[in-house]
Amino acid sequence: MTGKTYGTPLPGMPKAHFTGKLIVIEGADGSGRTTEAGLLKEWLEISGHAVVDTGLRRSTLVSEQIDQAKQGHTLGATTLALFYSVDFADQLENKIVPALAAGSTVLADRYIYTLMARAIARGASREWAEQLYEFALIPDLVVLLDARPDILLHRSIMKYGSLDYWESGMDLCLSPDRFESFFLYQERLRREFGWMRKSYGFRVIDANRNPAQVHVDVKRAVAPLYGSTKKRGHPRGGERPEPKEPTSPMPSAASE
Amino acid sequence: MIRETPSPAHGYPGRLLIFEGLDGSGKSTNARLLGKWLYARGYRVFFTEWNSSELVSDTIRRGKKKGLLTPTTFCLLHATDFADRFERHILPPLRAGYVVICDRYAYTAFARDAARGCDPHWVRNIYSFAPRADRTFYFQVPVSVTLHRKLASRQKISYYEAGMDMKLSDDIVVCFEKFQSRLKHEYDRLAVSDKFTVIDGDRPLEAVQTQIRKEIRPLLDGFPTVESLIHDG
Repeated sequence: MTGKTYGTPLPGMPKAHFTGKLIVIEGADGSGRTTEAGLLKEWLEISGHAVVDTGLRRSTLVSEQIDQAKQGHTLGATTLALFYSVDFADQLENKIVPALAAGSTVLADRYIYTLMARAIARGASREWAEQLYEFALIPDLVVLLDARPDILLHRSIMKYGSLDYWESGMDLCLSPDRFESFFLYQERLRREFGWMRKSYGFRVIDANRNPAQVHVDVKRAVAPLYGSTKKRGHPRGGERPEPKEPTSPMPSAASE
Repeated sequence: MIRETPSPAHGYPGRLLIFEGLDGSGKSTNARLLGKWLYARGYRVFFTEWNSSELVSDTIRRGKKKGLLTPTTFCLLHATDFADRFERHILPPLRAGYVVICDRYAYTAFARDAARGCDPHWVRNIYSFAPRADRTFYFQVPVSVTLHRKLASRQKISYYEAGMDMKLSDDIVVCFEKFQSRLKHEYDRLAVSDKFTVIDGDRPLEAVQTQIRKEIRPLLDGFPTVESLIHDG
């Protein structure tokens, strides 16, 4: 990857090109993001690429504190938005950049886009959010898993047995009714992802389908990054058959 | 009923007074004394300090102790702390018509982050939610004076205060002088661009306090005291 950022880079950032690749998977809760990231990681590793996972709230610096803050529901919108930016910056500097410099593929389960969408949905201006995150590396690929709110709703209920407070945007007080709030909030996020998909060049994939079908499209989007032009090909361009069962194929099944 | 005239600086009915300057410049002492005076005169006063958000301060302390902070995370963590303090303790009293006295404000971040190499425009944008003050007092003192005060009071110079993370020197006192000089340089520039009221802090405390009280008077012309609110309300 080029190592370019959206705006002024951070002090101390290496200016060289990185040999690794940065792939981002974005999408709402219930869009199948984590499942697809897992499948993609498996596929990339089988074909010989070292993959480092990253995501939101995984920094050593503040992830626990953010969790704690969310429990109490007491932080204001600007405070929470900035708290998340610390988490992101810490991971960028201490995890993402070193991994890219070492030639790994960094697979980010969400990136600055979710953080911007959430901040804007809570009253921040687009300019503020974009400038806040202008130091972020421009990924090689951003896949947006796009699913209808009613599908997200069902997946959320199936998964958690309820609607999550934050994913329903209850802190925004859009409606005292969580079911209604969920729809209103997801609609807002969708609107923000709407303009971002153009200005940031997202590769949008229909996530209303089952994971295996989505996985096929994800692979198709990722393969060219590794030099393969074949539509259904392996990232190395090999003739290997694709794993039939997308849930965790044994690495040995595909060994040479 | 007496209605507060909205402040021309930020549009809220309260008044926002900021005290900025290097550590040991006397700003905190003077801020407290001014607060006492205003309170005694019957004004509604609210006082806030830097690094006062409980949750975030914990993280900052931990990060500092373990040396986990880079200029960027240092900047963003302090911005988070300030946002929490702002949303919780500055904006509500300002809207409620209090005189809000801030011992350090966004300018502390502007000076420190610039001294650590962060892009000043980027930092400004982060803090763009913070309104302009009715008055910003900048306590200008030579670094030699603040260092002397620091050493005389036997306070320990902290790692980040000395800018040891910038590796300007291995000696903490030398590093402190160098880093604080950078900060002073940034403050001096801000004093011009952001129209600070510059206070010569290298004078007896009483003289400084008297000057500040004089400076404050016009700002409080027609500003209601608690008493007037009760009687006329």
